[in-house]
Amino acid sequence: MQVDIIENGTVIDHIKAGMGSRVLELLGIDKDFDNRVALVMRVISKRREKKDIVKIEGMFLDEEKINVVSLVSPNATINLIKNGKVAEKRKVELPTKLENFGKCPNPICITNHEYSKMLFTKEGERYRCKYCERLFEPSELI
Amino acid sequence: MDVISIRDMSKENIEDYLSLAEKMEKDLQNNSVKKIDGIISTLFFEPSTRTKLSFQSAAERLGLKVVDFIASLSSLKKGESFSDTVRMVDGYSDVIVVRHKLEGSARRAAEVAENPVINGGDGGNQHPTQTLLDLYTIKKLKGKIAGNEVHLVGDLKHARTMRSLAYGLAMFGAAVKLVAPKGLEMDLEMVEQIKKNFPSAKIEYLQNIDFSNADIAYVCRIQEERFADKYEAMSVKKKFRINPEYLTGVKDNFAIMHPLPKIDEIPPEIDDTKYARYFEQARNGIPMRMGLIKKVLEG
Repeated sequence: MQVDIIENGTVIDHIKAGMGSRVLELLGIDKDFDNRVALVMRVISKRREKKDIVKIEGMFLDEEKINVVSLVSPNATINLIKNGKVAEKRKVELPTKLENFGKCPNPICITNHEYSKMLFTKEGERYRCKYCERLFEPSELI
Repeated sequence: MDVISIRDMSKENIEDYLSLAEKMEKDLQNNSVKKIDGIISTLFFEPSTRTKLSFQSAAERLGLKVVDFIASLSSLKKGESFSDTVRMVDGYSDVIVVRHKLEGSARRAAEVAENPVINGGDGGNQHPTQTLLDLYTIKKLKGKIAGNEVHLVGDLKHARTMRSLAYGLAMFGAAVKLVAPKGLEMDLEMVEQIKKNFPSAKIEYLQNIDFSNADIAYVCRIQEERFADKYEAMSVKKKFRINPEYLTGVKDNFAIMHPLPKIDEIPPEIDDTKYARYFEQARNGIPMRMGLIKKVLEG
Protein backbone atom coordinates (compact mmCIF):
# COMPACT_ATOMS: atom_id res chain seq x y z
CA MET A 1 0.00 0.00 0.00
CA GLN A 2 1.69 3.17 -1.18
CA VAL A 3 0.99 6.58 0.39
CA ASP A 4 2.51 9.87 -0.80
CA ILE A 5 5.26 11.44 1.27
CA ILE A 6 4.46 14.80 2.84
CA GLU A 7 6.60 17.93 2.55
CA ASN A 8 5.79 19.62 5.84
CA GLY A 9 3.72 18.12 8.61
CA THR A 10 3.51 15.16 10.94
CA VAL A 11 3.61 11.41 10.60
CA ILE A 12 2.26 9.47 13.55
CA ASP A 13 3.50 5.91 13.35
CA HIS A 14 3.00 2.80 15.49
CA ILE A 15 -0.51 3.82 16.49
CA LYS A 16 -2.32 0.97 18.17
CA ALA A 17 -4.15 -0.94 15.41
CA GLY A 18 -7.64 0.39 14.93
CA MET A 19 -7.05 3.65 16.84
CA GLY A 20 -5.93 5.79 13.89
CA SER A 21 -9.37 7.22 13.20
CA ARG A 22 -9.73 8.08 16.90
CA VAL A 23 -6.39 9.93 16.76
CA LEU A 24 -7.64 12.00 13.81
CA GLU A 25 -10.87 12.73 15.62
CA LEU A 26 -9.03 13.85 18.76
CA LEU A 27 -6.70 16.06 16.74
CA GLY A 28 -9.78 17.81 15.38
CA ILE A 29 -9.22 16.61 11.82
CA ASP A 30 -12.59 16.27 10.12
CA LYS A 31 -14.21 16.87 6.74
CA ASP A 32 -13.43 20.59 6.99
CA PHE A 33 -9.68 20.05 7.35
CA ASP A 34 -8.25 21.43 4.15
CA ASN A 35 -4.83 19.73 3.86
CA ARG A 36 -3.89 16.25 2.69
CA VAL A 37 -4.35 13.54 5.31
CA ALA A 38 -3.63 9.81 5.05
CA LEU A 39 -4.86 7.13 7.41
CA VAL A 40 -3.49 3.64 6.90
CA MET A 41 -4.98 1.00 9.13
CA ARG A 42 -3.75 -2.40 10.23
CA VAL A 43 -0.55 -2.49 8.26
CA ILE A 44 2.12 -4.93 9.39
CA SER A 45 5.12 -3.39 11.14
CA LYS A 46 8.74 -4.63 10.93
CA ARG A 47 8.04 -6.44 14.18
CA ARG A 48 5.19 -8.26 12.42
CA GLU A 49 2.57 -6.45 14.48
CA LYS A 50 -0.51 -4.64 13.20
CA LYS A 51 -0.41 -0.86 13.47
CA ASP A 52 -2.08 2.30 12.11
CA ILE A 53 -0.25 5.23 10.54
CA VAL A 54 -1.46 8.82 10.11
CA LYS A 55 0.12 11.44 7.86
CA ILE A 56 -1.01 15.05 8.13
CA GLU A 57 0.20 17.76 5.80
CA GLY A 58 0.65 21.20 7.37
CA MET A 59 0.11 20.32 11.02
CA PHE A 60 2.78 20.21 13.74
CA LEU A 61 1.68 18.81 17.07
CA ASP A 62 2.09 20.84 20.26
CA GLU A 63 2.52 19.21 23.69
CA GLU A 64 -1.21 19.00 24.30
CA LYS A 65 -1.83 17.19 21.03
CA ILE A 66 1.08 14.83 21.68
CA ASN A 67 -0.51 14.04 25.06
CA VAL A 68 -3.75 13.21 23.29
CA VAL A 69 -1.94 10.73 21.07
CA SER A 70 -0.12 9.15 24.03
CA LEU A 71 -3.38 8.53 25.86
CA VAL A 72 -4.95 6.49 23.03
CA SER A 73 -1.73 4.93 21.81
CA PRO A 74 1.14 4.99 24.32
CA ASN A 75 3.64 3.37 21.91
CA ALA A 76 3.14 5.77 18.99
CA THR A 77 6.02 7.71 17.46
CA ILE A 78 5.78 11.25 16.12
CA ASN A 79 7.86 12.31 13.11
CA LEU A 80 7.97 16.00 12.32
CA ILE A 81 8.58 16.42 8.61
CA LYS A 82 10.18 19.57 7.21
CA ASN A 83 11.04 19.99 3.51
CA GLY A 84 10.29 16.35 2.92
CA LYS A 85 12.76 15.11 5.57
CA VAL A 86 12.35 13.88 9.14
CA ALA A 87 13.36 16.91 11.24
CA GLU A 88 12.51 15.35 14.60
CA LYS A 89 11.46 11.92 15.75
CA ARG A 90 10.08 11.21 19.20
CA LYS A 91 8.21 8.54 21.08
CA VAL A 92 5.16 9.70 22.95
CA GLU A 93 5.19 9.31 26.72
CA LEU A 94 2.36 9.30 29.17
CA PRO A 95 2.67 12.64 31.03
CA THR A 96 3.09 12.51 34.83
CA LYS A 97 0.01 14.67 35.17
CA LEU A 98 -2.77 16.04 33.00
CA GLU A 99 -3.91 19.55 33.93
CA ASN A 100 -7.06 21.12 32.53
CA PHE A 101 -7.25 18.25 30.11
CA GLY A 102 -9.42 15.17 29.74
CA LYS A 103 -12.74 14.22 31.27
CA CYS A 104 -13.34 12.06 34.32
CA PRO A 105 -15.26 8.93 33.26
CA ASN A 106 -16.92 8.62 36.67
CA PRO A 107 -20.50 9.90 36.16
CA ILE A 108 -20.83 10.86 39.84
CA CYS A 109 -17.56 12.80 39.96
CA ILE A 110 -18.25 16.48 40.78
CA THR A 111 -16.31 17.48 37.63
CA ASN A 112 -19.10 16.07 35.47
CA HIS A 113 -21.65 18.31 37.18
CA GLU A 114 -19.81 21.57 37.86
CA TYR A 115 -16.90 23.41 36.32
CA SER A 116 -13.65 22.26 37.94
CA LYS A 117 -10.03 22.49 36.84
CA MET A 118 -9.25 18.92 35.87
CA LEU A 119 -6.18 17.24 37.28
CA PHE A 120 -5.18 13.63 36.75
CA THR A 121 -1.99 12.27 38.30
CA LYS A 122 -0.20 9.24 36.88
CA GLU A 123 0.09 6.21 39.14
CA GLY A 124 1.77 3.32 37.40
CA GLU A 125 0.18 3.13 33.97
CA ARG A 126 -3.10 4.69 35.10
CA TYR A 127 -4.36 8.12 36.16
CA ARG A 128 -6.06 9.16 39.39
CA CYS A 129 -8.69 11.92 39.33
CA LYS A 130 -7.89 14.61 41.88
CA TYR A 131 -11.56 14.90 42.82
CA CYS A 132 -13.21 11.47 42.95
CA GLU A 133 -9.80 9.81 43.59
CA ARG A 134 -10.57 6.90 41.27
CA LEU A 135 -8.01 5.36 38.91
CA PHE A 136 -8.58 5.18 35.16
CA GLU A 137 -6.90 3.83 32.05
CA PRO A 138 -5.37 6.65 29.95
CA SER A 139 -7.73 5.98 27.04
CA GLU A 140 -10.76 6.47 29.31
CA LEU A 141 -9.92 10.14 29.92
CA ILE A 142 -10.70 11.41 26.44
CA MET B 1 -6.12 23.72 56.26
CA ASP B 2 -8.83 21.31 55.13
CA VAL B 3 -9.72 17.70 56.00
CA ILE B 4 -10.73 16.06 52.74
CA SER B 5 -9.26 12.58 52.35
CA ILE B 6 -7.29 9.96 54.27
CA ARG B 7 -5.03 9.84 51.21
CA ASP B 8 -3.86 13.37 52.03
CA MET B 9 -2.76 12.37 55.54
CA SER B 10 0.56 11.00 56.69
CA LYS B 11 0.85 8.64 59.65
CA GLU B 12 2.17 11.59 61.67
CA ASN B 13 -0.91 13.69 60.77
CA ILE B 14 -3.21 10.91 61.92
CA GLU B 15 -1.23 10.40 65.14
CA ASP B 16 -1.64 14.14 65.83
CA TYR B 17 -5.41 13.87 65.34
CA LEU B 18 -5.60 10.82 67.62
CA SER B 19 -3.61 12.65 70.34
CA LEU B 20 -5.81 15.71 69.98
CA ALA B 21 -8.96 13.59 70.33
CA GLU B 22 -7.53 12.02 73.48
CA LYS B 23 -6.86 15.47 74.91
CA MET B 24 -10.37 16.62 74.01
CA GLU B 25 -11.87 13.62 75.74
CA LYS B 26 -9.87 14.35 78.90
CA ASP B 27 -10.85 18.03 78.75
CA LEU B 28 -14.51 16.99 78.43
CA GLN B 29 -14.21 14.70 81.45
CA ASN B 30 -12.47 17.43 83.48
CA ASN B 31 -14.86 20.11 82.26
CA SER B 32 -11.84 22.10 81.08
CA VAL B 33 -12.51 22.53 77.35
CA LYS B 34 -10.89 25.75 76.13
CA LYS B 35 -13.59 27.63 74.23
CA ILE B 36 -13.17 28.90 70.68
CA ASP B 37 -14.99 31.90 69.26
CA GLY B 38 -16.50 31.35 65.82
CA ILE B 39 -19.24 29.87 63.67
CA ILE B 40 -19.41 26.46 62.00
CA SER B 41 -21.71 25.62 59.07
CA THR B 42 -23.04 22.11 58.63
CA LEU B 43 -23.67 21.96 54.89
CA PHE B 44 -25.31 18.56 54.44
CA PHE B 45 -26.97 17.94 51.10
CA GLU B 46 -27.74 14.35 52.13
CA PRO B 47 -29.38 12.81 55.19
CA SER B 48 -27.13 12.19 58.17
CA THR B 49 -27.72 11.43 61.83
CA ARG B 50 -24.40 10.65 63.50
CA THR B 51 -22.02 12.74 61.41
CA LYS B 52 -24.10 15.91 61.39
CA LEU B 53 -25.25 15.75 64.99
CA SER B 54 -21.82 14.84 66.32
CA PHE B 55 -20.21 17.71 64.42
CA GLN B 56 -22.85 20.08 65.78
CA SER B 57 -22.42 18.69 69.30
CA ALA B 58 -18.62 18.86 69.04
CA ALA B 59 -18.82 22.47 67.86
CA GLU B 60 -21.20 23.46 70.68
CA ARG B 61 -18.91 21.85 73.24
CA LEU B 62 -16.05 23.96 71.85
CA GLY B 63 -18.17 27.10 72.25
CA LEU B 64 -18.78 27.63 68.53
CA LYS B 65 -22.10 28.73 67.13
CA VAL B 66 -23.72 26.43 64.55
CA VAL B 67 -25.36 27.50 61.30
CA ASP B 68 -27.31 24.63 59.80
CA PHE B 69 -28.22 24.19 56.14
CA ILE B 70 -31.42 22.42 55.16
CA ALA B 71 -31.15 21.41 51.52
CA SER B 72 -34.91 21.17 50.93
CA LEU B 73 -35.42 24.78 52.08
CA SER B 74 -32.41 26.27 50.28
CA SER B 75 -31.81 28.02 46.96
CA LEU B 76 -30.90 24.64 45.47
CA LYS B 77 -34.57 24.56 44.59
CA LYS B 78 -33.93 27.62 42.41
CA GLY B 79 -31.03 25.86 40.70
CA GLU B 80 -28.10 27.34 42.62
CA SER B 81 -24.89 25.42 41.98
CA PHE B 82 -22.97 23.51 44.64
CA SER B 83 -19.95 25.81 44.29
CA ASP B 84 -22.04 28.97 44.66
CA THR B 85 -23.77 27.55 47.74
CA VAL B 86 -20.36 26.82 49.28
CA ARG B 87 -19.09 30.33 48.45
CA MET B 88 -22.14 31.87 50.11
CA VAL B 89 -21.96 29.72 53.25
CA ASP B 90 -18.23 30.40 53.41
CA GLY B 91 -19.06 34.05 53.97
CA TYR B 92 -21.35 33.23 56.88
CA SER B 93 -19.04 30.99 58.92
CA ASP B 94 -15.45 30.20 59.88
CA VAL B 95 -15.44 26.50 59.02
CA ILE B 96 -17.68 24.33 56.82
CA VAL B 97 -18.51 20.65 57.22
CA VAL B 98 -19.87 19.38 53.90
CA ARG B 99 -21.62 16.19 52.80
CA HIS B 100 -22.73 15.68 49.21
CA LYS B 101 -23.54 12.66 47.05
CA LEU B 102 -21.09 13.65 44.30
CA GLU B 103 -17.57 12.28 44.65
CA GLY B 104 -14.94 15.00 44.92
CA SER B 105 -17.49 17.56 46.14
CA ALA B 106 -15.54 18.23 49.35
CA ARG B 107 -12.33 18.79 47.35
CA ARG B 108 -14.23 21.24 45.12
CA ALA B 109 -15.70 22.98 48.20
CA ALA B 110 -12.20 23.41 49.65
CA GLU B 111 -11.09 25.05 46.39
CA VAL B 112 -13.83 27.66 46.35
CA ALA B 113 -14.02 28.36 50.11
CA GLU B 114 -11.55 30.67 51.83
CA ASN B 115 -12.22 29.11 55.24
CA PRO B 116 -11.40 25.49 56.17
CA VAL B 117 -13.58 22.68 54.84
CA ILE B 118 -14.06 19.29 56.52
CA ASN B 119 -15.39 16.40 54.44
CA GLY B 120 -18.45 14.80 56.05
CA GLY B 121 -18.71 12.25 53.22
CA ASP B 122 -18.55 12.68 49.44
CA GLY B 123 -20.55 9.92 47.77
CA GLY B 124 -18.76 6.59 47.80
CA ASN B 125 -15.36 8.26 47.95
CA GLN B 126 -14.17 9.43 51.36
CA HIS B 127 -15.45 9.89 54.89
CA PRO B 128 -12.19 10.75 56.64
CA THR B 129 -13.62 11.73 60.04
CA GLN B 130 -15.30 8.30 60.31
CA THR B 131 -11.96 6.61 59.62
CA LEU B 132 -10.23 8.79 62.21
CA LEU B 133 -12.83 8.04 64.88
CA ASP B 134 -12.59 4.32 64.01
CA LEU B 135 -8.82 4.39 64.47
CA TYR B 136 -9.26 6.37 67.68
CA THR B 137 -11.73 3.78 68.97
CA ILE B 138 -9.35 0.91 68.20
CA LYS B 139 -6.50 2.72 69.93
CA LYS B 140 -8.68 3.38 72.96
CA LEU B 141 -9.92 -0.22 73.12
CA LYS B 142 -6.58 -1.92 72.53
CA GLY B 143 -3.98 0.66 73.63
CA LYS B 144 -2.46 0.65 70.13
CA ILE B 145 -3.44 -0.07 66.53
CA ALA B 146 -0.35 -2.02 65.42
CA GLY B 147 -0.44 -5.77 65.87
CA ASN B 148 -4.21 -6.11 66.16
CA GLU B 149 -6.02 -8.55 63.88
CA VAL B 150 -8.98 -6.66 62.46
CA HIS B 151 -11.64 -8.46 60.43
CA LEU B 152 -13.56 -6.26 57.99
CA VAL B 153 -16.85 -8.04 57.37
CA GLY B 154 -19.66 -7.31 54.90
CA ASP B 155 -20.00 -5.31 51.70
CA LEU B 156 -16.39 -4.27 51.21
CA LYS B 157 -17.04 -3.10 47.65
CA HIS B 158 -19.48 -0.29 48.27
CA ALA B 159 -18.87 0.75 51.89
CA ARG B 160 -16.57 3.79 51.75
CA THR B 161 -15.71 3.38 55.45
CA MET B 162 -14.17 -0.04 54.79
CA ARG B 163 -11.77 1.10 52.07
CA SER B 164 -10.47 4.07 54.06
CA LEU B 165 -10.26 2.01 57.25
CA ALA B 166 -8.31 -0.80 55.56
CA TYR B 167 -5.87 1.84 54.31
CA GLY B 168 -5.51 3.40 57.78
CA LEU B 169 -5.13 0.06 59.54
CA ALA B 170 -2.41 -1.05 57.13
CA MET B 171 -0.64 2.27 57.60
CA PHE B 172 -0.48 1.62 61.36
CA GLY B 173 0.61 -2.03 61.07
CA ALA B 174 -2.59 -3.88 61.96
CA ALA B 175 -3.29 -7.25 60.30
CA VAL B 176 -6.36 -6.83 58.07
CA LYS B 177 -8.58 -9.80 57.19
CA LEU B 178 -11.26 -9.23 54.57
CA VAL B 179 -14.47 -11.26 54.70
CA ALA B 180 -16.98 -10.43 51.98
CA PRO B 181 -19.66 -12.16 49.91
CA LYS B 182 -18.70 -13.06 46.35
CA GLY B 183 -19.05 -9.97 44.17
CA LEU B 184 -18.84 -7.57 47.10
CA GLU B 185 -15.08 -7.91 47.71
CA MET B 186 -12.92 -4.84 48.18
CA ASP B 187 -11.60 -3.28 44.95
CA LEU B 188 -8.45 -5.05 43.87
CA GLU B 189 -7.00 -1.60 43.18
CA MET B 190 -7.30 -0.63 46.84
CA VAL B 191 -5.75 -3.87 48.08
CA GLU B 192 -2.89 -3.46 45.59
CA GLN B 193 -2.34 0.12 46.63
CA ILE B 194 -2.22 -0.83 50.30
CA LYS B 195 0.39 -3.50 49.55
CA LYS B 196 2.38 -1.05 47.44
CA ASN B 197 2.28 1.84 49.92
CA PHE B 198 2.83 -0.33 53.00
CA PRO B 199 4.98 -3.30 51.90
CA SER B 200 4.93 -4.87 55.37
CA ALA B 201 1.12 -4.64 55.58
CA LYS B 202 -0.69 -7.89 56.27
CA ILE B 203 -3.93 -7.92 54.29
CA GLU B 204 -5.68 -11.05 53.07
CA TYR B 205 -9.08 -12.56 52.33
CA LEU B 206 -10.77 -15.14 54.54
CA GLN B 207 -13.36 -17.50 53.06
CA ASN B 208 -15.55 -17.65 56.14
CA ILE B 209 -16.26 -15.78 59.32
CA ASP B 210 -13.89 -17.06 61.99
CA PHE B 211 -13.24 -14.70 64.86
CA SER B 212 -11.12 -17.11 66.93
CA ASN B 213 -7.91 -15.08 66.40
CA ALA B 214 -9.56 -11.71 65.84
CA ASP B 215 -9.09 -8.72 68.11
CA ILE B 216 -11.76 -6.68 66.36
CA ALA B 217 -14.59 -7.39 63.91
CA TYR B 218 -15.65 -4.31 61.99
CA VAL B 219 -19.03 -5.10 60.44
CA CYS B 220 -21.04 -3.25 57.82
CA ARG B 221 -24.39 -3.78 56.22
CA ILE B 222 -25.02 -5.90 53.13
CA GLN B 223 -27.66 -4.22 51.03
CA GLU B 224 -30.24 -6.50 49.50
CA GLU B 225 -30.52 -4.29 46.43
CA ARG B 226 -26.95 -5.25 45.43
CA PHE B 227 -28.20 -8.72 44.47
CA ALA B 228 -30.29 -9.60 41.41
CA ASP B 229 -31.39 -12.85 43.07
CA LYS B 230 -33.43 -12.20 46.23
CA TYR B 231 -32.93 -15.77 47.47
CA GLU B 232 -29.15 -15.36 47.19
CA ALA B 233 -29.41 -12.00 48.96
CA MET B 234 -31.24 -13.61 51.85
CA SER B 235 -28.79 -16.49 52.19
CA VAL B 236 -25.77 -14.16 52.03
CA LYS B 237 -27.33 -11.83 54.61
CA LYS B 238 -27.98 -14.81 56.85
CA LYS B 239 -24.39 -16.02 56.53
CA PHE B 240 -22.97 -12.57 57.24
CA ARG B 241 -25.29 -11.86 60.16
CA ILE B 242 -23.21 -11.81 63.33
CA ASN B 243 -24.95 -14.64 65.14
CA PRO B 244 -24.13 -15.27 68.79
CA GLU B 245 -22.52 -18.62 67.88
CA TYR B 246 -19.80 -16.71 65.98
CA LEU B 247 -18.72 -15.36 69.36
CA THR B 248 -18.01 -18.77 70.89
CA GLY B 249 -14.30 -19.04 71.66
CA VAL B 250 -13.40 -15.44 70.79
CA LYS B 251 -10.70 -13.62 72.75
CA ASP B 252 -11.87 -12.18 76.04
CA ASN B 253 -11.29 -8.61 74.90
CA PHE B 254 -12.70 -9.15 71.39
CA ALA B 255 -14.65 -6.12 70.15
CA ILE B 256 -17.34 -5.62 67.50
CA MET B 257 -17.44 -2.27 65.76
CA HIS B 258 -19.90 -0.89 63.19
CA PRO B 259 -20.19 2.55 61.53
CA LEU B 260 -23.99 2.49 62.17
CA PRO B 261 -26.80 2.54 61.33
CA LYS B 262 -27.04 -1.20 61.78
CA ILE B 263 -30.19 -2.87 60.50
CA ASP B 264 -30.21 -6.64 60.94
CA GLU B 265 -26.57 -7.61 60.40
CA ILE B 266 -26.03 -7.54 64.15
CA PRO B 267 -28.96 -8.95 66.13
CA PRO B 268 -30.08 -6.93 69.16
CA GLU B 269 -29.00 -9.62 71.63
CA ILE B 270 -25.37 -8.84 70.70
CA ASP B 271 -25.90 -5.24 71.89
CA ASP B 272 -25.96 -6.45 75.50
CA THR B 273 -22.71 -8.42 75.28
CA LYS B 274 -19.36 -7.02 76.35
CA TYR B 275 -18.16 -7.36 72.76
CA ALA B 276 -20.51 -4.70 71.35
CA ARG B 277 -18.52 -1.46 71.17
CA TYR B 278 -20.32 0.35 68.32
CA PHE B 279 -22.29 2.79 70.44
CA GLU B 280 -19.11 3.76 72.26
CA GLN B 281 -17.48 4.06 68.82
CA ALA B 282 -20.18 6.52 67.69
CA ARG B 283 -19.69 8.58 70.88
CA ASN B 284 -15.98 8.81 70.12
CA GLY B 285 -17.00 10.98 67.18
CA ILE B 286 -17.39 13.89 69.60
CA PRO B 287 -13.78 14.23 70.87
CA MET B 288 -12.39 13.32 67.46
CA ARG B 289 -14.45 15.98 65.70
CA MET B 290 -13.75 18.53 68.45
CA GLY B 291 -10.05 17.95 67.84
CA LEU B 292 -10.44 18.31 64.08
CA ILE B 293 -12.44 21.53 64.34
CA LYS B 294 -9.90 22.97 66.76
CA LYS B 295 -7.03 21.93 64.50
CA VAL B 296 -8.45 23.47 61.31
CA LEU B 297 -9.37 26.71 63.11
CA GLU B 298 -6.25 27.17 65.21
CA GLY B 299 -3.64 25.23 63.21
